[in-house]
Amino acid sequence: MSEDFFQGYRGRALRTLKKYNVRVWGQAKIATSRGNFVGTVLPRSENDDDGHIVLKIPTGYNVGIDVGTILDMEETGYKKANYKIPEQEFPYTKGLPRVKLIGTGGTIASRLDYRTGAVIPAFSPGELYGAVPELAEICNLTTEKVFAVFSENMGAAQYKQLAVAIGKEIENGIDGIVIGHGTDTLHHTAAALTYMIKDPPVPIVLVGSQRSSDRPSSDAALNLMHACYTAGHGDIAEVMVCMFGPTSDEYGMLHRGTRVRKMHSSYRSTFRTLGDMPLATVTTKGVKPIKKDYNPRRKNKKVTIMPYFEERVAILYYYPNMFPDMVDSLVDNGYKGIIIAGTGLGHVNKPLYPALERAHKKGVAVYMTVQTLWGYVQMFVYETGREMMALGVVPAENMLPEVAWVKLGWALGQTADLEEVKKIMLTPMNDDITRREPYNGYLVYQGGVPEVEDFIRRFRK
Amino acid sequence: MKKKPSPAQNYRDSMQAIGYVPRKQATRKDYERIGFMSGLEVHQQLHTREKLFCRCPAGIYQDDEYDAEVIRHMRPTLSELGEYDGTALMEFKTKKNIVYRIKNETTCTYEVDDTPPFPINREAVDIAIQISLLKKLNIVGEIHITRKQYLDGSIPTGFQRTAIIGVEGAIQLRHKLVRLIQLSLEEDSCREISDIGHWRTYKTDRLGMPLIETVTYPDMVTPDEVAEACQVIRFLNRSIDKVRTGIGAARQDVNVSCRGGTRVEIKGVSRIKWIPELTHNEAFRQWALLHIREKLLERFKKPEAWKMTSRELNSRDFNFRSKALKGLRNAGMKLYGVSLPGFLGVLSHFTQPGKVFADEISDRLKVVACIEKPNMCTHDALKSMEGAEAFRQLRRIMGSKVNDAVLFFWGPEEDIPTALETIEERCRMAFEGVPNETRKSFPDGTTIFERVLPGADRMYPDTDSPPIPLLDDDIERLRQNLPSETIVAYKTMKKWGVPEDVHTYILRNNLFPLLKEMVEGDGEEPVFAATLLGQRMRFVEGHYERAPGFRYAQVAGMMRALRKRGLDAELIKPILPVIYQHPKMDMDSILTSVGYSPMNESDVLANLDFLKKKFSSIRINHGREAEVSWLMGQLRPAALGNMPMCRLKASVSEGVGGNRQDEAL
Repeated sequence: MSEDFFQGYRGRALRTLKKYNVRVWGQAKIATSRGNFVGTVLPRSENDDDGHIVLKIPTGYNVGIDVGTILDMEETGYKKANYKIPEQEFPYTKGLPRVKLIGTGGTIASRLDYRTGAVIPAFSPGELYGAVPELAEICNLTTEKVFAVFSENMGAAQYKQLAVAIGKEIENGIDGIVIGHGTDTLHHTAAALTYMIKDPPVPIVLVGSQRSSDRPSSDAALNLMHACYTAGHGDIAEVMVCMFGPTSDEYGMLHRGTRVRKMHSSYRSTFRTLGDMPLATVTTKGVKPIKKDYNPRRKNKKVTIMPYFEERVAILYYYPNMFPDMVDSLVDNGYKGIIIAGTGLGHVNKPLYPALERAHKKGVAVYMTVQTLWGYVQMFVYETGREMMALGVVPAENMLPEVAWVKLGWALGQTADLEEVKKIMLTPMNDDITRREPYNGYLVYQGGVPEVEDFIRRFRK
Repeated sequence: MKKKPSPAQNYRDSMQAIGYVPRKQATRKDYERIGFMSGLEVHQQLHTREKLFCRCPAGIYQDDEYDAEVIRHMRPTLSELGEYDGTALMEFKTKKNIVYRIKNETTCTYEVDDTPPFPINREAVDIAIQISLLKKLNIVGEIHITRKQYLDGSIPTGFQRTAIIGVEGAIQLRHKLVRLIQLSLEEDSCREISDIGHWRTYKTDRLGMPLIETVTYPDMVTPDEVAEACQVIRFLNRSIDKVRTGIGAARQDVNVSCRGGTRVEIKGVSRIKWIPELTHNEAFRQWALLHIREKLLERFKKPEAWKMTSRELNSRDFNFRSKALKGLRNAGMKLYGVSLPGFLGVLSHFTQPGKVFADEISDRLKVVACIEKPNMCTHDALKSMEGAEAFRQLRRIMGSKVNDAVLFFWGPEEDIPTALETIEERCRMAFEGVPNETRKSFPDGTTIFERVLPGADRMYPDTDSPPIPLLDDDIERLRQNLPSETIVAYKTMKKWGVPEDVHTYILRNNLFPLLKEMVEGDGEEPVFAATLLGQRMRFVEGHYERAPGFRYAQVAGMMRALRKRGLDAELIKPILPVIYQHPKMDMDSILTSVGYSPMNESDVLANLDFLKKKFSSIRINHGREAEVSWLMGQLRPAALGNMPMCRLKASVSEGVGGNRQDEAL
C-alpha cells in the first residue's frame, strides 16, 4: 500500500491540502484571513470535522486552521515524527521469580493513535522496561500478547482464549501471571477466569489503569509493579484484581475475582470488594493478607482449565413498571439464561410474572440478584418473592449481578440440564456466594459527617 | 610560583574581569557590550466564576486548613513526537513524594485527577480572545487543548492543559514595537506550601483557575525595556475589565540571555519593579559563566577528558569545627570528599552579587539530589564553614594538586549517587557555558537554580478534549466590544496635559475609559479629572477600607450629581472616602457626612471681617501667608461646595496686608 500522505483528512480539508500540495508531517507556511501561521501539519482524527487543518507551531503547541480562511499554503520542508518508546532489553536477574505478562489490549505503556485520537498500547518487555525500569528489580518478566481488544469488546471467546493461554503457562512452570486489561470489564474477566481456571497453583493477577500511561500521574506503572510483585512473590494462588486501594500512590488492593466491581467511572480507587473484605493489600515491599482463608501457592503445575461459555445469557436490570415483553423478547430470541437485577431483596412487578413463567416453561434458567449490590436476595420475606420462586426464579444469594451472569454463562456452557446448572450456580466458589456477610463488608461512608471527615483528614484518600 | 589570591579577592577580581557594573550605574552601552536580550511570559488570571475545566468556584483561597490529603508521584512519559523531555527526566531523578492538601470548597475530583475534564469554560475563552485581539494576534481557527508536562507536581495530572488562542502579535512600547509569539489559555497550578528533602506539599485552591500567558519575542535589550513591556502587557490585560487583580493574579516568567549565553527562564516574578534588577544580574551571571568557560578551556585542551574524583570519608577522621559537619554521624548522613581538577578559583568566581560558582553546585544538590542546605563546603568560597586544616587534610586524602578545588558534601545514603552525578554534571557544564535552566527569583535581585529548562518535547495533545472551532462571527462580536487601547490612552492623556505620574495608576486600574467618559461625556477638565482618579482616588485606596459594592464609575456619577445641584467640584475630594466606604449611601447623607450645608457666597464670607480682627488679636506670625491660610482654614468647611476654593482665596486675600513678596509665590 502506498503511503498515506493525508492521514485522517477528508472533505474540504483534504481538498485544500491537495490543492496546495502539502502533506501531513510537512512544514507549512499558511496565509489566512486571520494572519499568517507556520508549523508542521499533523494527522487529524477521523471523528473531527473536515473544516480544519491541524498544525504544530514551533513552540510545540497544536492549533487548528479553518480551511475557509486559508488564502495560500506552501510546504517548506518535511519531517515525519518517529514515535517509539525507548526499548531496552529486559535484564534477567538470577533468583527473581519468573512472571508472564499477558496482554489483552490494556494501556500499560501507550502511544497516540492520530486516526482516532485515542491511545494505542505498546507492550514488548523492552518497551515496558523502558517505561517502568523498576520491574526488573521485582521479577524476570516475559510478555505475550494474546489478542488486542478494548475492554468493552471482551467476550466469551476472549475469556476462553485467555484461560487456555494461562493454563499453558502454568503447565510450563511459570511463577505467576499478570494480565493487562482495560478496566471497564476487568471484573467480568476476573470472574470468568476464576471459574475457568480451577485451583491454580500460582497467583493470577488482573491489572489495568484508570489514567492512561501517557500521563505522568498515571496509576499504570505502580499498578503494574504491584501486580508483578503479587504474581512473583505473593502467596495467594487465586484469580485477583490488583488496583489502587486509595486514590493516593500508596498501596494496591487485591480483590477476589468473584467479589470485585468497578464502582466509579474515573477514580483510581474504583475497584472494591463488595459484601466482604479484600484479600490483601500490596506495596512493592510485600503482600499483606487481610483475609486468612485464601488458596496458598503450590509447588506443582497442576491446573484444570474449563473454557466453557454460553453466550446467550443476559442481565435484566429491573425498573418500575417494566413491561413483560422485555422478558419475552429475550426468550423469543433464544436466550438460555437470564440474570435479573431486582429491586430491594430481589423483586420485580407482578405483570412480569406470566412472562417469567413462560420463560421457565421454555427451559430458560432465571436467577435473581439484587441491584442494591450489597446484601442477599431474600425471597421469603414477602409473598411476592415466594410467588416468583414458584414460577422458577432462583435466588442467587449474595452473588453480584455481573458475577452471576458470568457464572450462568459458564454453567450453561457445560450443561443444558437446569438442575445441574442450579447445582453449579448455588455452590459457592471463591466466595462468589458467602455464607455470612461480615459487618464491615458494607462500608459506604457519607461525606460531611464529622467523624468521617475526621477520618478522611487523618488518612490519605 | 605566584601566590594564589584569597577566594574573596578572587571574587572581586573576577567581578572586575567580566566588567560587572551595578545596575544603577549600568548604561545602554553595558548591555550592548554583553548582548543583553530578554523576552517575557506574562501570566494573568481571568475573572470567571468557575475554573477552566471543572465547575469549582474560581478565586477562593484557602488558609492552612484542609479536608484531606492525596499523595502522588510523577513519571516522565513520551512527548507527541516520541521523545522524553530533559526536565521530566530530572524531576524523575529527584523522586519526590508530592502531597496535595485539598479542601472540599475549592477542589473536586477533577483537580486531583480522578475525573476527566469538563468542556472548557467559554467565558474564559471569550476573554482570552478579546485580549488577543488587543494584542493584534492572529486568532487560530480551532483551539486544540495541549498537555504541557510539569513533573514538579504543581499540577496533579502531571501536565497543564493549555491552548493557543492567537499567534504573532505586537505591543507598542514608548519607543519601539515588541513582537509577540503567542497567547495561550491555560489552567493555573497549585500553590506550594513546602519543599523539604523528598517531600513537596501543595494546596489546590488556585489549581485550575483560568490564566492567559502572553509570550514575547526576545526583543528587549535593556532591563528597563523588559519592565516597560511587562507594564504594557499588564495594562492591555487589565483594559478588559475581566481579569483578576491582587497578589499572585499576575506574575511573569522572564527569559534572559547574554551574547553567547543561553535562554534562562526566571520563574514567577510577581512584581514588575523587580524585573530590571533580576534581568541585569542574570545577564551578568551568564557573562560570568562564559568567562569561567574560557578559563577552563585554557586549562584543559580536551574537556571531555576532565574527570572529578570522589570518595566516602569518615567524619571522625577530621577535626571539624562547624556544627553541620560535626553532627553528620548523629544525623545519619554520609560524608564525601570531591576533588575537582583545575577548578581552583572557579568555585569562588563571581556569578551574582554575593554569589559564586560553588553556589551553583550547592543549589543543584538541593534541587536535584534533594539534600537540604548546607549540603557542601569548600575552601574556595566567599565564606567557608571549615578551616584550612580540614581542607589540607582533604587534599592529602584526595591526592589533589595545587590547582584543584576540593569540597566536602554530605547527605542521606540513598541520595549520594544522584549527588555525585549532579556535581560532576554541573562542573562539566561549566566547560560548555550556560546551562539551560529555570531559576527562582529573590527580592534582592539574585536567582537560584530551579529546574532544567523544558523544551517543546513536553507537549502532548489532550486526548480527553475535542478541538473547539472559533468562528469568524464570534470573533467579530468580541471585537466590537474592545476598549480603547493602552497606547491610544497614553497618547490621549499626553495631549490633555495629564501629568505622567498619574498615567500608570490610571492604566493599571483600567480607569482610562472612565476618565474619557468624564472628559468627553461630562465636560470635566482633563487634568482635574485625571488627578482626581490618579492621585486622590489612589490616596483613598491606600488609606480606607473598600466596601464590596464600590465601583470606580461612582466617581463620575458623583461628579454629575454635584454639577446637577450646582455644587462646587471641590466637594468631590472629601466625598471620595465616604462613597468608597459606603457606596450605597444616598446623596443627602453623603453631603451631611462631609459637613456640607448650603449657603450663598455672601453668607460664607459674612464673618470674614470678624475673623480678620480675631486673627490680629491671636497672631504670632506677622506673615501675610499665615493670615490667609488661617482664614482659609476657618472658612473652608463652610465654603466647600458653595464656592470654588480659588474664589474663596481671592476674597480672603483681599485687603490682607503683610509682605507683598509672598503673593508672587
